Amino acid sequence: MKILIDEGKCVGAGTCVLAAADVFDQRDEDGIVVLLDADPPHTSLPQVRDAAARCPALAIEVVE
Amino acid sequence: MTNTQPTNTEPTKTQPTVRSCPFDPPAEYRTLREQEPVAPMTFPDGAAGWLVTRYDDVRTVLSDARFSAKRGILRPGGPEGDVPAPPPPGLFIMMDAPEHTRFRRLLTGQFTVRRMRQLTPAVEKIVAEQLDAMAAAEGPVDLVQAFALPIPSLVICELLGVPYADREEFQRNSATIVRLNSSPEEFQQAQGAMRAFIHQLVLAKRENPTDDILSELVQSGELTDEELTGVGVLLLIAGHETTANMIALSTMCLLRNPEQLAALRADPSLMDGAVEELLRYLSIIQFGVRRTALEDVELHGHQIKEGSMVVASLSSGNRDTEHFADAPELLDVAREHTPHLAFGHGIHQCLGQQLARAEMKAALSALLERFPTLRLAVPVDEVPMRDDMLVYGVHELPVTW
Ligand code: SF4
Repeated sequence: MKILIDEGKCVGAGTCVLAAADVFDQRDEDGIVVLLDADPPHTSLPQVRDAAARCPALAIEVVE
Repeated sequence: MTNTQPTNTEPTKTQPTVRSCPFDPPAEYRTLREQEPVAPMTFPDGAAGWLVTRYDDVRTVLSDARFSAKRGILRPGGPEGDVPAPPPPGLFIMMDAPEHTRFRRLLTGQFTVRRMRQLTPAVEKIVAEQLDAMAAAEGPVDLVQAFALPIPSLVICELLGVPYADREEFQRNSATIVRLNSSPEEFQQAQGAMRAFIHQLVLAKRENPTDDILSELVQSGELTDEELTGVGVLLLIAGHETTANMIALSTMCLLRNPEQLAALRADPSLMDGAVEELLRYLSIIQFGVRRTALEDVELHGHQIKEGSMVVASLSSGNRDTEHFADAPELLDVAREHTPHLAFGHGIHQCLGQQLARAEMKAALSALLERFPTLRLAVPVDEVPMRDDMLVYGVHELPVTW
């Protein structure tokens, strides 16, 4: 699994952090998403998918 | 099937507004979802447009840049005409990208998941103080004035750097602004007073910056005084109106669902999920979110013409059986996976949502723990519901213990 994020689209809502805290974080200064792990273990796929589905700004893409 | 925007005839239907249960959206939404998910409609302010009621369509409307937020507020006497007017300075909920992005970026760092977690002890302290005062007062008390309203008000005042001592004035003006039936004069007056109040504060922060969001924004030098004022007004209103109503209405809802309340009391670890479920179930932005089509858009076989207004119903989407397969009409505090629309969707999704979550968790947990025998002090049909407000909830909630 590969995760692509588009910082330009991110609106800092933080829903990805709630969905998959091991994979996503937010920058302190501007709340923009930070990818902690661009190629996370397969076990976190459900959470990562959930994060991508919930992202209000369509800023997360999961390539399986 | 292709329907076109009715032109010479008035749409026959008006947006459903009458509830049969205080916790359910009007029953017509179910029929609309099943039979006419994109329906021509006349809105409370007399404007004609479309009402969108299914979960997926609501998400589409709110995340598609072909729908503009420039006329985002539904109210009588609002701006008319098909061309979106320029938004008032700083009112970024009524802006589109990239204008909106500029404001949002200045603020998102203040509302991250981490920041809000760091804030939790301070919120818990405020909650405990309110509960102490309540316990000392003996019942019955109005839970709105004693608890649900002070918590988010105190927190947003602290964060923004607004003196809490001025709450009576700003709470009154804010109520007028979110009341549906305020006359245009009352609305203008309240909005003017609110702007004047924040404008004074902006000037004061420029002289004497303190440790708060408004001071930081002033010092960033990115915004004009007019824009700073608009942002401040927006955050102050959004920061207390919505969360206060979620706390009070959630409490009433749990008291009316004793088995759910018992489950939550028996297992406090359910609280995170319960908060999401209450947000979904109660969906207090009761009339939905308005957008304007910037070009002709096809949605579910309907041609939505450029300039048409579209209202996305968050409360209806949150009860959509297609999306929430497991009895969405029931409150289930143990429900797993609740990707609800209560905070909206798209680039405008609530900036303060992590703050709202932190406040709701702290408030509800401590309230239930502190008052094991909490109950309504009046019959349920005597609780005055906020049918007349953009933000739904209760005007008062008399409780005893
Ligand atoms: S959910 Fe989307 S918009 Fe929100 S912080 Fe994560 S990437 Fe950004």
